[in-house]
This record gives sequence, C-alpha cells and structure tokens, in this order.
Amino acid sequence: MLDCGLDMTSTLNFLPLPLVQNPRLSNLPGWSLKDGNAFLDKELKECSGHVFVDSVPEFCLPETELIDLSTVDVILISNYHCMMALPYITEHTGFTGTVYATEPTVQIGRLLMEELVNFIERVPKAQSASLWKNKDTQRLLPSPLKDAVEVSTWRRCYTMQEVNSALSKIQLVGYSQKIELFGAVQVTPLSSGYALGSSNWIIQSHYEKVSYVSGSSLLTTHPQPMDQASLKNSDVLILTGLTQIPTANPDGMVGEFCSNLALTVRNGGNVLVPCYPSGVIYDLLECLYQYIDSAGLSSIPFYFISPVANSSLEFSQIFAEWLCHNKQTKVYLPEPPFPHAELIQTNKLKHYPSIHGDFSNDFRQPCVVFTGHPSLRFGDVVHFMELWGKSSLNTVIFTEPDFSYLEALAPYQPLAMKCIYCPIDTRLNFIQVSKLLKEVQPLHVVCPEQYTQPPPAQSHRVDLMIDCQPPAMSYRRAEVLALPFRRRYEKIEIMPELADSLVPMEIKPGISLATVSAVLHTKDNKHVLQPPPRPAQPTGGKKRKRPSDDIPDCKVLKPLLSGSIPVEQFVQTLEKHGFSDIKVEDTAKGHIVLLQEAETLIQIEEDSTHIICDNDEVLRVRLRDLVLKFLQKF
Amino acid sequence: MDPECSRLLPALCAVLVDPRQPVADDTCLEKLLDWFKTVTEAGPSLLLLQENPCLVELLFRVLKAHDPRPRVLSFSLRLAGLFAAQEDCFQYLQVTPSSSVSQQGELLPMLFGESGPLGGAAWTAPTVRSGWLQGLRSLAQHPGALRFLADCGAVDTIFSLQGDSSLFVASAAGQLLVHILALAMRGPAEGHPSPQGCDWPACAQKIVCHVEDSLRSTATLQVTQALNVLTTTFGHCHSPWTQGLWVRLSPLVACLLEKDPIPASHSLVDLLLSVARSPVGSSDCGLWETLAQTLSHLSPTQAGPLALGILKLQDCPQALKTQAFGVLLQPLACVLKAAAQAPGPPGFPEGATGDSITVDTFLSSKSACVGLLCQALAHLELLQLLPQRPSPWPQAPLLRAAVAILRFCHGSAAPTSDVGGHLCAVLAGCVRVQRAALDFLGTLSQGTGPQELVTQVFAVLLEYLTSPDSSPMVLKKAFQATLRWLLGSPKAPSCCDLDPHTQLFLGELLPVLRKRLCSPCWEARDSGLEFLTQVTRHWGEVPELTGQLLRDPESYVRASAVTATGQLSSWGLYATPTGPEHPEVQQESLFTELLHILSTDSEGFPRRAVMHVFTQWLKDGHADVAEDLEQFVARVLQAASQDLDWEVRAQGLELALVFLEQLLGQPGSRCPYAVALPEAAPPATLAQVLQALCRVQLFEFALRALFDCDRPVAQKSCDLLLFLKAKATPCGGPQEAGASPDVVSVEAALQRWQAGEQGQPLGELEPEAVMAVLRSMDLEGLRGMLAKSSDHMEKSPQSLLQDMLATVGVLGENEADCY
Repeated sequence: MLDCGLDMTSTLNFLPLPLVQNPRLSNLPGWSLKDGNAFLDKELKECSGHVFVDSVPEFCLPETELIDLSTVDVILISNYHCMMALPYITEHTGFTGTVYATEPTVQIGRLLMEELVNFIERVPKAQSASLWKNKDTQRLLPSPLKDAVEVSTWRRCYTMQEVNSALSKIQLVGYSQKIELFGAVQVTPLSSGYALGSSNWIIQSHYEKVSYVSGSSLLTTHPQPMDQASLKNSDVLILTGLTQIPTANPDGMVGEFCSNLALTVRNGGNVLVPCYPSGVIYDLLECLYQYIDSAGLSSIPFYFISPVANSSLEFSQIFAEWLCHNKQTKVYLPEPPFPHAELIQTNKLKHYPSIHGDFSNDFRQPCVVFTGHPSLRFGDVVHFMELWGKSSLNTVIFTEPDFSYLEALAPYQPLAMKCIYCPIDTRLNFIQVSKLLKEVQPLHVVCPEQYTQPPPAQSHRVDLMIDCQPPAMSYRRAEVLALPFRRRYEKIEIMPELADSLVPMEIKPGISLATVSAVLHTKDNKHVLQPPPRPAQPTGGKKRKRPSDDIPDCKVLKPLLSGSIPVEQFVQTLEKHGFSDIKVEDTAKGHIVLLQEAETLIQIEEDSTHIICDNDEVLRVRLRDLVLKFLQKF
Repeated sequence: MDPECSRLLPALCAVLVDPRQPVADDTCLEKLLDWFKTVTEAGPSLLLLQENPCLVELLFRVLKAHDPRPRVLSFSLRLAGLFAAQEDCFQYLQVTPSSSVSQQGELLPMLFGESGPLGGAAWTAPTVRSGWLQGLRSLAQHPGALRFLADCGAVDTIFSLQGDSSLFVASAAGQLLVHILALAMRGPAEGHPSPQGCDWPACAQKIVCHVEDSLRSTATLQVTQALNVLTTTFGHCHSPWTQGLWVRLSPLVACLLEKDPIPASHSLVDLLLSVARSPVGSSDCGLWETLAQTLSHLSPTQAGPLALGILKLQDCPQALKTQAFGVLLQPLACVLKAAAQAPGPPGFPEGATGDSITVDTFLSSKSACVGLLCQALAHLELLQLLPQRPSPWPQAPLLRAAVAILRFCHGSAAPTSDVGGHLCAVLAGCVRVQRAALDFLGTLSQGTGPQELVTQVFAVLLEYLTSPDSSPMVLKKAFQATLRWLLGSPKAPSCCDLDPHTQLFLGELLPVLRKRLCSPCWEARDSGLEFLTQVTRHWGEVPELTGQLLRDPESYVRASAVTATGQLSSWGLYATPTGPEHPEVQQESLFTELLHILSTDSEGFPRRAVMHVFTQWLKDGHADVAEDLEQFVARVLQAASQDLDWEVRAQGLELALVFLEQLLGQPGSRCPYAVALPEAAPPATLAQVLQALCRVQLFEFALRALFDCDRPVAQKSCDLLLFLKAKATPCGGPQEAGASPDVVSVEAALQRWQAGEQGQPLGELEPEAVMAVLRSMDLEGLRGMLAKSSDHMEKSPQSLLQDMLATVGVLGENEADCY
C-alpha cells in the first residue's frame, strides 16, 4: 500500500469546536426540511446560509471496500501528511504487516496526530450526529452535505493510544537503504525534497523498476534536495502529490504573505495564520526572520500556539542529516540550522501549548499568531477567529493549500476581518514535472486522471497538465489498473559446485554457452540451481519409494544446435556432394532448397530446418549431416 | 614636432624594438598612434620623417626582427600607413634605405607585400592582420597607393581576410575593400560609368568581379561577405557611380531571392535598406519591386526588420508601405484572431490578417512564437514614435492585441480556438513577451482609444500589478506602463474629470502600491517607489494650484483648498508661490493666509476648515506651530472668539482643549495596547500651565463661550472648564474666593456677560483669580442645565398637563360656539 492519507476536508461540514463557551455558535438555529420537518434540528445547524453538522468532527478514511486491508503486507509512507490515517488501518482492519517510513516522518507525523487528538479531545462534545447520514435523508440536505461521499464510513478521530500502537508498527528506514520484501522486490526510499524526511520510493526486482513519486519538490527549502538521478531507468513511474495550486508560485505567495502581514500590523491589526505545526511554517519563520527588521516589525510579537509547538521547533533543529546542504553545514559551526532559534532567543517568537496559561499573561497586540488547525474547525485558531473576526483591522492569511479557504470561513460569516489567500505549496508544478520526466525518462507514467487534463475551472490552460510521451496512463477512484509491464525474467543463482562443473563453449566472440542439468530450488522468491543429486544407489530392499526420492530422469540429451545456415554455401556443398538441379526459393521466413531430381525439399527457417523426402532415410541422413556441418553443437 | 619629443623619440623606438624590454601595454601604443595621427594631419610630414630617422629605423628593425612582437608589429604597420597617407611620404617610404640596417630595400612593399609579415609566423596573431588592414586603410588615399596595392597583390589578401576567424579583421577587410573601391572610382569615373564596367579602373573592376563571384557562390558565408561589402558601399558612397554599380549587381541580388531558403537573409535586408536609403533608391523603381518581393519571400521573423526599415524610409510608394506595415501587424493580427471569442470589432487593415505562414511560425515552437511576438512588439513600439508612422494608425486593434497578449501571458485569457489554446500554453508566464508587451502598451498610451479598451488596459495593468507571480522586471514594466497611461490617459473633450473606470483603477491601485512597498522583494519595493516618485514629480504643481484655490470665488472650494493646503503643509509638501528663495517665510505666510481667511472670509465653510486645520496642526506638532505655540494659540483663539459662526467658536474650544491636554501632558485618547512612548518633556506644573493659559487668554475665550447664545458652544466650554477644574482642584491651595479684589470684578463682568452684555473685556487675569472664579461657579449645575435640550420645557410633564388643560378649554369654547 502506497501511503495512507486522511481526507480531513470532511471536517469542513462540521461546526467549529470553540475553546470557550460561545453563545453565537451554541445559539444557532436548527435546520429543518423544506416541509418544516425538524427532526434534524439537533444535528444540523444553520449559519449564514450554510448548514453544518453539530457534532464531533469526523474524517473520511481511505477506501476499504476494494481490498481487504488485512491482506496488505507492507505500507510505504512518503511523508508525514500521508500517514494520518494509519491508526484506522493498523488498529481496525486486521492489518498485520509492516509500515516503512523515515525517522522524521514518524516523529513529525506523531506530532501532527498528537495535535489532532489533543485539539479534538480537549473540547469534548457529547453529541454525535448520525441521523443525517441516512442515505434517504442525505439526499434532502443542501450542498455540500448532499454531495459528501461515503459519509457512512466517516469516523471520529482516533485516540492517543491508537496512535502509539500504530506508530509502533512502523519500521524506520534511511534514504537509499535497500529493504528486501519477501525476496520478491526491493524497496528504497529516496529524498523527495518536500518535507523533513519525505521520500519517494523505488520498488524494484532484478529486471523491473517502479518508481513511486509522491509529494516532491525541486525548490530550495529546508529539506534535503530531491534525488532525481535514482529515478532513472524506471519501467513505470507512478506520479502523484503534485501541487494543488499550480497557478500559485510559492515565491510570489511568500511575498504576498509578508506584504499583507506588514500592512496589517502597521495599521494596528493582528494577523492570524492557520497552519500545521510543521512544514511550511519553518520556511515562513525563516522569511520573516529576514524580513521583520527591514520592514520595521521588530517589536511585533510572533506567537506559535500548538500542543506540539515546542517539540516541532526543537525537532526541526535536530534532524540535521535530513536537511538541505546549507542547513547541514550550519550544524558544524555549530549553529542551529533554522533561524527560528534566534527568534525564540530574542523573544520575538514565543510558543505556547495553548491559549490558556502563560499565553494570556504575555499576550500583546498587535501581534502575529501561527496556530492550527488550518480547517478552522478545531484548535486554538477557532478562538482567534471569534476574537478578531469582528474587526476589519485584523487579517487571516491562509497558507496551507489543503482546505478551501472560503469553505473554512463559512461558519464565521459575517466576518469583518480581512482574508488573504496565499497558498504555499512547494510540490512539483507541471513545468517542473515535464522537466523531471525529460530528465528521468521513464517508459511509462501512471498518474491520477486529474493531472491529465486542464483544471475544470481553466479548461484552456493546457499548460496545466502532464505532457509526456507516451501519454500518461491515468486512473480514477476505485479503478483497477494493470501496470504496463510483464515480469519476464527471474534471476537464478547457481551454486558454486554446479558452476564449477559447467563447460562453456564459445559460440560467438564473447558469448559462451553451456548446458546445465540441475535442480531448481525456490524458496522465498529466491531461485537457486543446485547440483542434481547423484543417482540413487540401488538399495535392493523393498523400501517404499517416497515421492521426495523421485529423481528427475536424466536422459542423455541430444546436443543443442546453434548457428545459421548460409544458403549459398549450403547449395555449393550439396552440389559438391553430387546433387544437381537445385533450386532455391525465398519464403517469408527463410528459404526452401528444392532438390528436384531427388524430389526432396529442405525448408530452412530461422529456428528450424526440415528435410522432407519420401521414404528415403539414407538420403535424409545424408542431408541431415550436411546441414549439421553448418551448425555448432554443444 | 616638439623638440623635446624629437629628443625622446629615438630612445622610445629603441625600446620598442628591443625584445628584452617589456612592451608597453596596448593603450600606450594606441595613444602614441593617436599622437602621430594628430601630427601627420597637422601638415606635411615628410620633413618630420627625415628629421627623425629613428621612425623609419624602427620600421626596418621591426621587420628584420626574428620574432617580432605582434603588438609592436601591428603598431609599426599602422604607423607606416599613417605616414604613407601623404603622397610625398609614401614616395619617401617606398625608396628610403635604412641608415643602419645592413639590408636595404623598399620599406612599404616589405611591410605590406608578400615578403612582409604576411607570410611570417606573426601573421597568425589577429592584431597583426588587423594592423596590416588598418595600415593599408590609412595608406590608401592617393592614386599612387592604388598602384601600390595592385603591384603588391594586397587586394587578393584582403579578399581572403574577409573570411577571417577574427570578426574585427573580417569586418575591417570588408570596409577596406569599400574604401579601395571608392578610391579607385574617385578619379576617372566621377561621372556615370557604364554598368558593364569596361571603363572601370582595373582595381575597381577586380573588386566588383569578386563581389559578383561571391554573390553567385553557393556558400552562404561568401554571399554574406559580398552583401556586407555592398551594404557599406551604398551606406557610405553616394557618388553617381554607385548607380552603375547597382544596375550591374541588382540582377544578381534578385537571383538570391529565388533561392529557397534565401541565403544570408539578414545581410540581404541590410543591403536592400542601405540601397533604398541611398540616392540610388530614389531613382530606381525596380528597387521597390525587389523590396516588395523580398518582403513576401522572407519568413515572418526575417521580414520584420525589413518592414520596419521600409516604413522608416522617407519616400517610398504607399503600396509598399502598406505591405510592410501588414508584415509587422501580422503576428498581432494572429493573436487577435486567436483570442477572439466571437466576431468582434474591426481589426487591422487589409493585408494584416494573420496569414498561414505566421500561424505556422506561431505553432512551430515556443521559441519561434516568442521571438516573433517580441520582435513585432519592439518594431511597432519604435514605429509608433516616428513622425512618418503609417496613417491611419490602428490604435484600437493594437491596444486590443497588446491586452490579449498580456492576458495570454497571465493565463487569464480563455480562447476557444486551437491556436488560442496553443498560444495560451506557450505564453503563460513568459517573462520576455510580458516585458515587450508592457513596453508596447506603455507607448500606446500616447494615442487615444475607445473607452472600453482603456478600461481593459487598466484592468490588465492592475492584474499585473496585483499578481504575486509578476516577476520583478515585469512588475517594473507594469508600473512604468501604468504611469504612462495615468499621465497620458486620454480624456474625452466633454469631460474634464477622470472617468469612473480610471477612478476605480486609482482606488484599486493605492492598496496595491501599499502592498508592493511592503514587499519582501527589494525589486518590488524599488519599482513601487520609482512609480511613486514619478507620479509625485508630475504632481509637483498640485500644491501651487491648491494655494491659488484658496482665493476661489466659491466658498466650498475655498474650504476644501484650506483643508488640502493644511494637509500638504503638514507633510511638508506645500510650497507657496513666493519662490524657493525664502523658504522660511512660506509656512508663516500660509499660517497668515489661513488666519486671514479665518478673520475675513464672509462664508462659514472656509473659516470652519481653517479651524480644523489649525487644530490638526496643533495635534500633529506642526513644525511652525511648535515654534511659538502660545502665540499661535492666542492669535487663533482671538480670531475665533469674534466669529459669528458657532461651529467656528466650538472648534476654537476643541483647539483650546488640545492645547490644554498638551500642556498637562495627557493625550486625549491612547490605544490601550500601544506601548507608551517616552515623554518628550515632563509635564509642566499646574501653576505654569495656568500662567500659560492666561497668557493666551484661553480663560477669557472659554468664559465668554460659557455664556454663548449657542448651546453646543456653551456645553463644550463648560466641559473644558470642568476638566480644568478637576485637574486643578487637588493641587490648588486653600485660597479664599473672596480674598482677591480681581475676583469681584471678574464675577461682575461675568454676570454682565450672562445678561447679554458681552462687550466688556475681562482684562488681565491672574491664575489664582481664575481658579477662584472656577471654584465659585456652579459649573456642574450649568452643565446639567445645558444638557437639557431646548424643547425640554415642551417635553416636561408640566407642559403636558398644561397642554391637556388648554385643549379642554378649547373644547369648551368650541362647545359654546356650537350653541
């Protein structure tokens, strides 16, 4: 199984979980059907023309119908965003396999899960809504609830216990490490340049190579750069996790982010940045580190609020080997690789586990707050949205591309604060993909259907799709796809004593052949040729023969022939041996030599020669011997 | 020559030929040559050569050196050429033997002939070949030189040097050929030689035959060389013989056009344009046909420069101009066609509709498409600025095309055609085309355009200014284009104000500009500032105009002008028309002027505006107000107290309150989250404050206002005095109210004021007296009274009862009437 991400957009259908009692949210009117039927009014609330589920938020799990997940042997994780559904898989499906991931992926993935669990568990909500999920009821609901898919499979958030159990099933791997899977294939993680520890995977046998490229970046940000060279010579390249916003250039967006931040703060407003506790935030803090002094923002406090804020900031500094070259060299100076250490030292950046406690004492405005969750449905961000939403001086800047910012804002309407959308997605865009494919030259590219056509809203932008030769094979949800290659060869080892006994014969310069008689031993997808057992000693007894004692019949084999018959020389030889009246006809596959006098026909083809003569065995043998003269035997 | 120089020269020459001495660098040798050039041009040089035999000696020695240094050899060749330019020196150098070198011989043939450096090892150095050519170029000035050239076979060497690996040498060889040709034709053929060339001098004949052979060659390089020689010839020589030359060679040139592909098309274009610009062009009708034919045969990219050249020509047939203009317009016509959603407004003139070849070029590759578009845009931009640009100029379609290109590049176009889709994919994010298109769009601002197009222009400019994806250079160009459109924004004669779209644009431009000034990218901040500077430069006259409007006949305008000048002055942007020589009196004069308006203007609005401005100045700590704060406040309050408009008087109290707060060191409102700034000066003591208030006669103003017939004024004054009283009470000493005689007189005056007799002034007030009066007055009671609205009597229950009773009485009377 390649990755197991969690679709969190389902949470956008739920009401936010406020940290403190919120009269606005708790007094929302219940929603009733057009005919006035109000049986759903406890579950569904109406807010600014939208309908939300008033319940603990639920998540959309990976597809479980198509395949029995207990039969999955291995899960390969490419980055920490792509493992959020792991507890659902490992704890509830009978999964007994192994999960492979790099160390930073596991550590930061743990932080993300821990934050998620914390956000949801600290605001317990008694109510769990299920009536609306009834298929007949769901049809009557307004969009987007009506169009939500697989709602019956939506699940509440896992617990910390489940997280720990799931993470214990992960085996840590390092870049370029080769991991044997049951002798059948070898898998290798490669740096993908997107996040700390993010990987692309190579899955290869001796003769086939499949690359799984997911969430990669060619930009120079904090992680180790992408390893492109190792992707070369792939039979198939599975490509996914491209940028979600192909039209937004990350550099431009960072510029927008900084400008809008400065403008707001200068006007006395506060800036709210809903974000994950790891990833782009490191780059944003680094940009701000360089920018705040020149923009005269040195006195403005930056707050990073997350249950895992401290761990995230500290983890980032210790994963030196997973960082880009520049940051790695800093470690030897020694200096902290990320400049946010200095921001913390100088008290410009302060971090808190939540808004309760120390934060409320230190809180000064105007300020900039980084906090989760980017969906605006849970976490400390809900509090700041309520606190600052009423003033047009304040600004919320969306940098995470995972959620539609308009949908995220829907339950907070009407909103006076300014909203800026600066999605920063450093993953590959289509120009970079076409460069990558030109460089790597896989025989086939396999990708989601969405990448093979322009975005629906911009159907004329044919530059916003994958353009490669041969055209990429696309797949859609729940589609079963046969990868375009066949395993035609297996590697077989020969035991040394058997190899010793071989007598190769050179049939062409550089090419030698030898016949081998051996026993093929296959175990764990490894094939070994062993010397045949010696002929059984006649035991003489009446001992019953067991099937395992069956020794393959070692008949004396006829020699193998190789080479080709040059027709002209063959005809000359025939003439020398007294044959006359010889005619040669060319056929599609070779030649027919006609001995008209002897009423005999010799059919010479690439891989066979037939001598057809009626009841004249002597003649046939003569001719056969003449034919054999031109061939090599071994 | 200066005797001192003559003295030094032998030593220098010795150094130059001495292989052990380091060679002076090139620049020294160049300077030396420059000096010799000035000397030789100043007059006959034979004597100089004779008097300084070291020079000839130098040339001999360099020639005889086993391993001459290339730079010195090159220098010597050029030096010899400089002297040999004069006929007598030429003769002298031809025959003069060396005085000290054992071997004698003719110097010039040794230098430039086959026995010279030509065959030696030094010839491999490009500088020597270049020196050889330059020497000959200087030498070839007289008939003797022509004979010399013929005798030493130099012309053949020059032919071969045309293909030299060094571009400088190759170019010099071509130019030398032209020079020799012109020299040869100067003597006998000043008239009109026959095109066949039977009467041409041998040297000229040889060169022309070589050119003919080259033109017939299949090697593109040779054709290029021949065309370059001809281009230079027609560019520099305007003698009648060039006519004959063209007649002789034009058939060969025409033959080039029949080849596919046309060889050396760039050089061919240069030649044709060079001929067209020369006198030959004006007299040869065949040339126009050739030009027309070339235009149609060349590929769109190659034809562009030719078309531009044709359009720049002063006198050429209209049909050809139309054809050339069509070539330039074709790429844009293609874009327009590709961008069209539906049959739109009329496009370019006939002949400019995007033909299939242009479309093919567009579709062939990204680089071809981008190259062609950039070229077309650059050419049209140049053309737009020329006086002889085609007329009528298709301003509207050009604007539409520029906008369409920019939309394609930005990805905001939504074409329906295949070509459009292709263009979209090719141009999306292409910085090169964006830059060219923005430059072109900026140039188009000089013309007019239909309103809806101007709106589109502003919209697309705004897209580029706003887009985070605009690269720094594109952003800069977008700002430049915006500036040009803002300044050159064509206005319909019927309206003087900005049209609503432009206003809308300006409204959206300001936030963009603010954001760009905060950008973390320094180029963006820089371009934003440049734009701002340009805009403000063009607005330099605005403050002056504003100042003039202070005397506008319309009172509303005067009021607005007061506000504007006040604000400009706060920002240090206001400069009065008195001129820059008295900067110190300007602010004073604006203050005086505004005070004058306050005292004399017959209308209320300007006077109210002045009071607002003064209050703001006081709040902002306007530099000139701060200079003498008390005098400023005193003069303003004095003027305000006599004003008939209650709003002016109320504003005076506002100003008084600001003054009071400043004295007490207490800003009126402070942001609860703001960090407190350090105080500039510690707040004054209460006694000092009161004295200052007395000095500016604030009390008299406030007390007079307390009994103002207009309630809001009285209310404001009451609040002010209460505020002061509250501040003063805790500090005030236990003084008896009636102890001071002043208090009695003050109270008496106040009573008279209350009764309506406000003529009498209070006179000099002592702070103690004032405080005593304040303490004695029932200000709280007065505030209560004033807080009641004027109809409080009517709204009272007593009034209600009376009314009801009165109504009853009326009813009774009516009843009586009914009887």
